[in-house]
Amino acid sequence: MAIDLTLNGKPVSFAGDPSMPLLWYLRDHAQLTGTKFGCGIGYCGACTVHVDGAARRACVTPLSAVAGHAVTTIEGLAPAGALHPVQQAWLEEDVPQCGYCQAGQIMAAVDLLRSKPQPTDADIAVLTNLCRCGTYPRIRKAIRRAAVLLRRDSAR
Amino acid sequence: MSAVAEAPLSRRDFLRVSVSAAGGLAVSLAWPQRDAGGATGATAAAPAAGMTMPDLPPAVSQPLGAFVRIEPDGRIVIGARGCEIGQGVRTSLPMLIAEELDVPWSAVTVEQLDYVVLERGTPPAPVSRYGAQGAGGSTSIRDGWNELRQVGARARWLLVQAAAQEWQEPPERLRTQDAKVLHPDGRTLGYAQLAPRAATLPPPAEALPLKEKSAYRIIGHPAPVADGRDIVTGSARYGIDATLPGALTALIARCPYFDGALAQLDDSQARRIPGVREVLTIPGPKPGATLDRNLAAGVAVVAEDFWAARRGREALRLKWTPGPGAADSSADLEQRAIAALGQRGKIARQDGDFEAARRDAARVIECTYIEPFLAHATMEPPGALIDLRGKRALLIASLQSPGGASTMVSAMTGIRRTDIEIRLPRSGGGFGRRLENDFVAEAVLVAQKLGQPVKVMWTREDDLQNDFYRPFGIHRLTALVDASGNVVGWAHRVAATARKHRAAGLEDDPDWIGCVDPDGFPAGCVGNYLAEFLPVDFQIARGWWHAPLPTFAAFPVESFLDEVAIAAGQDPLALRLSLLGAPRELDYRDHGGPKVHTGRIAGVLRDAARLIDYGRKLPAGHGIGLASHFTHGGYAAHAIEVAVAPEGELSIVRCVCAVDVGMVVNPLGAEAQFMGATLNGLSMALNLQITVNEGRIEQSNFPDYPLLRMAQAPEVEVHLSDSRFPPTGVAEIGIPPVAPALVNAIHAASGRRLRRLPVGAQLKSQKA
Repeated sequence: MAIDLTLNGKPVSFAGDPSMPLLWYLRDHAQLTGTKFGCGIGYCGACTVHVDGAARRACVTPLSAVAGHAVTTIEGLAPAGALHPVQQAWLEEDVPQCGYCQAGQIMAAVDLLRSKPQPTDADIAVLTNLCRCGTYPRIRKAIRRAAVLLRRDSAR
Repeated sequence: MSAVAEAPLSRRDFLRVSVSAAGGLAVSLAWPQRDAGGATGATAAAPAAGMTMPDLPPAVSQPLGAFVRIEPDGRIVIGARGCEIGQGVRTSLPMLIAEELDVPWSAVTVEQLDYVVLERGTPPAPVSRYGAQGAGGSTSIRDGWNELRQVGARARWLLVQAAAQEWQEPPERLRTQDAKVLHPDGRTLGYAQLAPRAATLPPPAEALPLKEKSAYRIIGHPAPVADGRDIVTGSARYGIDATLPGALTALIARCPYFDGALAQLDDSQARRIPGVREVLTIPGPKPGATLDRNLAAGVAVVAEDFWAARRGREALRLKWTPGPGAADSSADLEQRAIAALGQRGKIARQDGDFEAARRDAARVIECTYIEPFLAHATMEPPGALIDLRGKRALLIASLQSPGGASTMVSAMTGIRRTDIEIRLPRSGGGFGRRLENDFVAEAVLVAQKLGQPVKVMWTREDDLQNDFYRPFGIHRLTALVDASGNVVGWAHRVAATARKHRAAGLEDDPDWIGCVDPDGFPAGCVGNYLAEFLPVDFQIARGWWHAPLPTFAAFPVESFLDEVAIAAGQDPLALRLSLLGAPRELDYRDHGGPKVHTGRIAGVLRDAARLIDYGRKLPAGHGIGLASHFTHGGYAAHAIEVAVAPEGELSIVRCVCAVDVGMVVNPLGAEAQFMGATLNGLSMALNLQITVNEGRIEQSNFPDYPLLRMAQAPEVEVHLSDSRFPPTGVAEIGIPPVAPALVNAIHAASGRRLRRLPVGAQLKSQKA
């Protein structure tokens, strides 16, 4: 039986193995490679996506668990050609080094800012996404900057 | 066509005219080829067809074949030759070209160059089209500093010549600014207008004068990551993202015992998994042989996608025969290393007479430090996509050594190096892991048997258990102090698993290579000095780990300097400065030499101390530790303030990193590199180790190899000296001082001296 879900706003259907982790569906079947593989056990967060707007680790989320749900990946975070305020803040703070973990970091930060629109360092410290290059100080700055950008957006 | 190996660089440039993808005429300035192995070699000035037929450009667009291309719309396309592994070379190397080209950085589009081998000379010899493209040893900026500025200057020179012809003016009267040539009367011609004519002109005969530092508008100015937008939108492509039509995915079950072999295979279940196409075996290295290809015998499950390959691999029924290292354990290795320290080893350096000085010393101080094996754990695991069809090879992988990969693929397949195309996507970290190409060898072995393009992928477990590990070592340091409190003797004896053990390409190096730093501080600053190496056999593969030797050497040396100072009743900073003595150059034979400057070490130490307000009164339970190191030609010092609670809870209060890496090309990128190196150093010092039990690696994924997370990551205050020296690299220079500064701070805060890494839970135990 095919699994139907919404992916970056569009309905999609998959007839393969329902136990396949969402990550590998995204990468190998939907050709959305912005979501990265880091550990395969839901620990490092490189594969963070949104399911119905909440951050989820795609490498340990079977496709069957997202049937009927809306999945958003880094590619769908903002309309084509535009940037989400968190992406904008990431560029303004020049966060990426190798960049491999950053899609997951951004998706996690967007979710954090939903529940904590004015996050403290302690709020930010709950993020468990790993960065091997050590971009954490700039991630903190970018999240604070994104909070300002988001407030400005919502004030418009 | 003659070889012009000895010709000045300028004559090796050549021009080609091509139609750009946008349909306009483009100037491209190809750079001299260097020997594919890295050294400058024979090249031939090969005038491209375009030079003789400027009015007949090729009818089809050509791939970016050089460093500079000027589009009709004014866009300046600059080729980035380096492997981008997070060190920022995709930004910083094109900045060097853009500066001398005299274009606004905002008008520049950066394009990654492939790794291309050409044949030149008589007899034909392989040369690398773009020069040094590998990433290792923090050399990209040093290698490119003169070469790439000349590339920009040459392109600018040609554009000025074109304008001079257009205006019938002597070129000396013309200036350039912001991608325009300026006439004295105020007229201007844009580079895009001049490009077609410029492409027809002969290149300059000699190296051109370069700008003074005061004229820089790009070098020294902050530039964000050139392809940052691609990264934050998920469109940046890494090796793992590569695909080719018809390519299958392979996962390999590798023998978990080093030098072990496959004893039994039942793949009947695996072959029943939907999507699994093939199961095949690949051989491992012969026991004891040089490790220059794949590391382990294995069974490859080839499938339509990752998930099927993974399920197929799990369904294999395998039995392995343990190899000669089946009984190896870390505990045993440690015992053997301690025992080795009781023997005489190989002398790496000897100044004065340490043993005689020892007899005369008023005081002998001796301490022993232990450092574990480390894995690289790049966020993007190793892997490679390869297509070997048609007596050609196409390799797309995250690499640090494309030259090594090209050589290996050629040796394994017989394909000529000129027929091996290597694309260089972004790499999800490197840290030395990708200097090895074992994962490329695996892809070759699988693709050869399969007859189809294949992407070999690694899981995190594969990665942590099949690495080339940073060596394990025990360091015994001995200091001799005279009656006046002067340090008059210093011995550094290292019992370690030799870096060169079974390594390819190190056969002619001394045994201590990568394990003993014979010329590192305080060598040359103490009259009686001894550096000695005691190799301890152990099977697992050893590799280069982020600032390999300096990181290994700095922890014991800079910890011991603190211990000696305290034992001799001196301030640790004052002792370091007095040992460094007058600012002067000393010989330094390892990577980053040939000289080390004592004044620059002292300079970064003083900067770090000043910034953290060293010597101020601290709250109870707080302490400040200092350390510095000379690494790959650059200088860094850390000053770290920690608090240690009575029950052992450690917190990092402040972390200062003071740096002298010569002139800084991209301050924004350099600051990021030093923040990152500092956190990498903390991650390593606090938590990371690889251990072996019964011939197998014990760690398997991030939970037991816990990289630093946000909650443990302090702010890092980076101070870049405004240095008059030429630039060194930046990526690795900031790691070595971190661990010793941390343990020195812990001692200052708590009185507890940690002589074993990682710190782990040691502060919470009663011992230590």
